[in-house]
Amino acid sequence: MNNSPAWLQELSAWGTSSRMLQDRILLVTVAPEHWAQLAPEASVRQLRFAGLWADVRDEKLEVNACLARDGWYVLLRATPLDGTMGLPSWARWYPAADRMQRHAHDLWGVRFGECNPPWTRHGAWKADEAPLRTPVTPQERGRDRYPFATFSGEGVYEIPVGPVHAGIIEPGHFRFSVAGEDILGLEERLGYVHKGIEWLACGRKPAALLPLASRVSADSTVAHSWAAALALECALGIAPTARGVVLRGFLAERERIANHLGDVGAICGDVGFAFAKMQCSRLREEWLRCQHGIFGHRLLMDCIAPGGVAVDLDAGHIRLLRANHRDMLQRWQNIAPILTDYPPLQDRLLNTGRLSTVAARGLGVSGYLARASGLSLDVRHDRPQPPYDRHPVQPCLQQRGDVAARLQVRMAEISASVRLLDALLDDLPPGPIQEPWPPGMAAEGVGVVEGFRGEIVTHVRLDDQGNVARFFPRDPSWFAWPALEVLVGGNIVADFPVCNKSVNASYSGCDL
Amino acid sequence: MIRILRTILSNTTCTDAPPQLDAHALEQAGIAVRRMLDAQCRASLAIRQVDAGSCNGCELEIGALENPYHDLERFGVRFVASPRHADALLVTGPVSRHMAEALLRTWDAMAEPRLVIAAGDCACNGGLFGTSYASLGGVDQVIPVDVFIPGCPPPPERLLLGILAAMGRHVRA
Ligand code: SF4
Repeated sequence: MNNSPAWLQELSAWGTSSRMLQDRILLVTVAPEHWAQLAPEASVRQLRFAGLWADVRDEKLEVNACLARDGWYVLLRATPLDGTMGLPSWARWYPAADRMQRHAHDLWGVRFGECNPPWTRHGAWKADEAPLRTPVTPQERGRDRYPFATFSGEGVYEIPVGPVHAGIIEPGHFRFSVAGEDILGLEERLGYVHKGIEWLACGRKPAALLPLASRVSADSTVAHSWAAALALECALGIAPTARGVVLRGFLAERERIANHLGDVGAICGDVGFAFAKMQCSRLREEWLRCQHGIFGHRLLMDCIAPGGVAVDLDAGHIRLLRANHRDMLQRWQNIAPILTDYPPLQDRLLNTGRLSTVAARGLGVSGYLARASGLSLDVRHDRPQPPYDRHPVQPCLQQRGDVAARLQVRMAEISASVRLLDALLDDLPPGPIQEPWPPGMAAEGVGVVEGFRGEIVTHVRLDDQGNVARFFPRDPSWFAWPALEVLVGGNIVADFPVCNKSVNASYSGCDL
Repeated sequence: MIRILRTILSNTTCTDAPPQLDAHALEQAGIAVRRMLDAQCRASLAIRQVDAGSCNGCELEIGALENPYHDLERFGVRFVASPRHADALLVTGPVSRHMAEALLRTWDAMAEPRLVIAAGDCACNGGLFGTSYASLGGVDQVIPVDVFIPGCPPPPERLLLGILAAMGRHVRA
């Protein structure tokens, strides 16, 4: 605690008790009457809101809120007073807390403030039931009247879209309010792919948690399973093997490149630049085929295991991979300049879907969304855990915050990550890929990983037998969705697809 | 422009040969074809894709069918935006309770004869997500399914095989 930042000490002074959960992650238990005051206190200290979730321990409901700054994390924990089942809402200070509070309300029955409109429930169970606490009686989803914000004025009309979208994407409902061609406002209604991931996690053995974590959002399968494994390992105080850690980094960077390639192509495709779409999707396919050949799965699902990884590389693989990296870098360096200085493309992307630095900070976004708006946030840099401690990553920054800036950040990350892949191979230590898993005990841990989309924070709590009692994977999409609502304002309806693609938030990742 | 043309010309065609479509190949891929459509859509197939609750892995692989390697359109198969234009419904994911109604209404909007293809382990039988307060399980819990394509997610070749089988191109019921 001695070299901890001043804000951390000030904040922990509010607690009734505090302890270091693990490296640079502090757990502070606070009294419920202080909950309301803590949000402004944290906000003036420029802490970023990084998640909120409920839990029940020893029959007592608790709420965890995660705040972060400079690679430090603090978990504030409060138990609502008996009989009230509620805490004051933080949404006024941290707007992104709103949906997470409503999610916690729908699943755990904890109330935040006076008004708790449903988010995840969709009327599929009764308002006073909480499926993660007691079995519910599912009912017909019902045509519940969701209170959408309305815009009025001459010539203002609404365009409802979804949940089933026109393309091959996940479902969600968007309500546009439009005047002429300009979007006045967008309101999202998500939760359609809620399939009970948190509920399914309870009671699993640690090794059985990872297949579930791998499927929180398949595009981030490595990052999510890494975060879950890290949380488990931190809980039990074991370290993954040296070789396992480097391979995890390797898999995560490959996943980053695969997604960036796909999205760069799709962004260009959404403004009609078919050349880039075809070239990028071709590169992505070759990349995935290489993964299938070496790791046995195109998307790298189930490659991470508690204590390390489930896949290994031999000398032949390494030769193949090096050739694959060289090939990719060469082709990419041929295509990338065409995208950056092709005026018709840039003309469509510059100034489209702008997210200002102030808005980005206020909404708590991470990943390329933050970096394109001038916020230097990258878990690999701010919290350099192995293997990034030996391979420092410089965040790729842009200032404009528009679609072009996000495209540029992602393009720069492709080149940087391919180079990082080679460096990781150079550094691959010999030895076992997995640490034996120790006998279970009651413990909890947090895993923080930079996925391709941004920061993932996963909390895992184990019961006395070492089975999972609580699993909450906090995907960066919780913050990216509200940012999308903000950044499409003032754009024309026809530019919504490209704005949306440049954000590429996951539905599954936050509907859970 | 010169650079674009040069890049296009220097990349030779990479499209894969079409998969073998005999009963053996289907069986190997684990694809179950329960009911086969005849003449109706032999020449082309318009597909409406619906994610009924997936983890987006199946979508990624379905999206890969459109890349130059697989080039689904060469078989006369295309994805359409409206169920009213679709011959087939390609459904992924366990059917989440919240998506059941949307799935049913999409299916209702299709003209008959209509084909339903369940893609992925979740769509086949609920997969990892099974049945719970939030998930109804496989697609056949909500609408009748004609073709099952297992896999988590099924790789594009297997999806292609399943879709072509559904078209009844070479396989006879
Ligand atoms: S089959 Fe696998 S990839 Fe497809 S939705 Fe289910 S879990 Fe995701």
